[in-house]
Amino acid sequence: MSATAQALPTEIQSTDVMISMTDVHKWFGQFHVLKNINLSVHKGERIVVCGPSGSGKSTMIRCINRLEEHQRGKIVVDGIELTRDLKNIELVRREVGMVFQHFNLFPHLTVLENLTLAPVWVRKMPKKEAEDAAMHYLERVRIPEQADKYPGQLSGGQQQRVAIARSLCMNPKVMLFDEPTSALDPEMIKEVLDVMIELARSGMTMICVTHEMGFARTVANRVLFMDRGEIIEQNEPEAFFNNPQSERTKLFLSQILHH
Amino acid sequence: MMDTSNVPTGPRQNPELEEISPPITVVGPVAWLRTNLFSSPFNTLLTILAVLFLAWAVPPFIRWAFIDATWTFPREVLDGARGPNRGDCAPDGACWIFIQARIGQFLFGFYPADERWRVVLVFILTFGAVAGMLIERIPFKKQNALFLFVILPILSLWLLLGGLGLEVVSSRLWGGFMLTLIIACVGIVLALPLGILLALGRRSELPVVHLLSVMLIEFVRGVPLITVLFMANVMLPLFLPPGTTIDPLLRILVGFTVFTAAYLAEVVRGGLQAIGRGQYEGAASLGLGYWSMMRLIILPQALRISIPAIVNTINGAFMDTTLVAVVGLYDFLNIVRTGSRDANWIGTEIDGFVFCAAIYWICCYGMSRYSISLERKLDTGHKKR
Repeated sequence: MSATAQALPTEIQSTDVMISMTDVHKWFGQFHVLKNINLSVHKGERIVVCGPSGSGKSTMIRCINRLEEHQRGKIVVDGIELTRDLKNIELVRREVGMVFQHFNLFPHLTVLENLTLAPVWVRKMPKKEAEDAAMHYLERVRIPEQADKYPGQLSGGQQQRVAIARSLCMNPKVMLFDEPTSALDPEMIKEVLDVMIELARSGMTMICVTHEMGFARTVANRVLFMDRGEIIEQNEPEAFFNNPQSERTKLFLSQILHH
Repeated sequence: MMDTSNVPTGPRQNPELEEISPPITVVGPVAWLRTNLFSSPFNTLLTILAVLFLAWAVPPFIRWAFIDATWTFPREVLDGARGPNRGDCAPDGACWIFIQARIGQFLFGFYPADERWRVVLVFILTFGAVAGMLIERIPFKKQNALFLFVILPILSLWLLLGGLGLEVVSSRLWGGFMLTLIIACVGIVLALPLGILLALGRRSELPVVHLLSVMLIEFVRGVPLITVLFMANVMLPLFLPPGTTIDPLLRILVGFTVFTAAYLAEVVRGGLQAIGRGQYEGAASLGLGYWSMMRLIILPQALRISIPAIVNTINGAFMDTTLVAVVGLYDFLNIVRTGSRDANWIGTEIDGFVFCAAIYWICCYGMSRYSISLERKLDTGHKKR
């Protein structure tokens, strides 16, 4: 498992707040899916969010780039508050990369076109420059040779690495990972986690929803436990895993670690 | 005691076995016949019936259309002594000299004979530009698109209508195959973008846009094309300030375009619905705005899925151009039928219909072949190649 890699230092130098969520609530119809979420993420911080399914983890990180709308409270990303203002939403999305469980690559475009699309059309980067950057990131995720293939021709692990490279091409300040390895065959999980670990080493601010506890131990500065729409507990990984405080956390950890 | 020397104990190699070719019942013409024509008693019966039907129907048609047909004018007509008529044709064969005698009118309607080169020029330019767009190997796509969608329409309008040094030819004189092609091309070229906009409008979250799109689509789809054409012809002038007259052909074009657009909108909407939420989220998470997302991510995929249905609708629209006859325009079919009502050509209806059918079929078959090749080319989807 990737936990064999050297754990990254947990303390962070920067005090700049990258993301702040204050008293955020969200409902799906009558269902109160997020309750009083307060979270601030500093620049360079790496946060792993875990919790049982349906606990609102994905919804929470999807609120950060407004794929989901929150109904109460305040979310500020890189100094921009998320409101109904479409301009602000698009500005935030440029700076916040997201990797999805099901990759969401564009099947009608080649890998290279997937990577250059947003830099060219959103950042107005010249095509040649965007392609050079794309090849650089493909090398970073170790699949430069797949540049001219279509996503449908790649394995799940390769597709997810392309998806990570696609987000990186926008040069984001924050990366959100929404269960990036959950849809992968077991033998492909490591290749994706390795890319994520390398990304963490480079100092990227990251929020990962994942069940990979080895990854959490290696990479996270902070592990967050969510249940029923609330943040129940958060701590440094060592303390979180060795000395969980709440009963719900203990129960969750016992279910996920000893089966 | 048993002799075990012949019992295989592991993977055995027998080169001779691999050389044996499959039995005749698996490959070759016999196998093909068996699987495709005689796979069950019922299929065998169907095969026999189909062969009998073809034997009954095809030879007489071939005799009528080719062997007994009259292809050339008689001596006196060629000498200019008199005009041709139905009597110059064999009574039991197709009368193709009817088509030859009238071909100018069938193609150009009542367009003055001396000015017909203008129409030919327009079609050569259009055909060339369209071929340049459709065939992948030909370069200069951008310049070509500019020519096709900006310069050519203006140039064509000038060439066809006249003015500015050319003799003016009123659109009332347009007719025949030329009119059919003009209505079909202009209608379809305008209807496709309009249909896409209507489809997007129908899926829009803005209530006004949504409601207007739904109303237009459902209204137009709920009414036969003939009614739409009548309304365009009679009602459109009522909405305009009194005294303004619009060219009748233009009214028809508006009606035909809106009608085709409504159908295309529903086809495109079907394609849009097939695109998963993940594609929208993937595009949105990269900071793409609504129009970029639609143009670059959603529509290319949605339209690819809808190609068969779009071509189906366009094919239907091409046929529906014949309905402009009800408001007094002489499209291809109408002018051929009118031609066979001429006193000299009584008894040529079937010949005319067969000729029309052949031309329509060539056009539609061409469209359908192109759509199939386009589908193959764009098939980058989930299949591994």
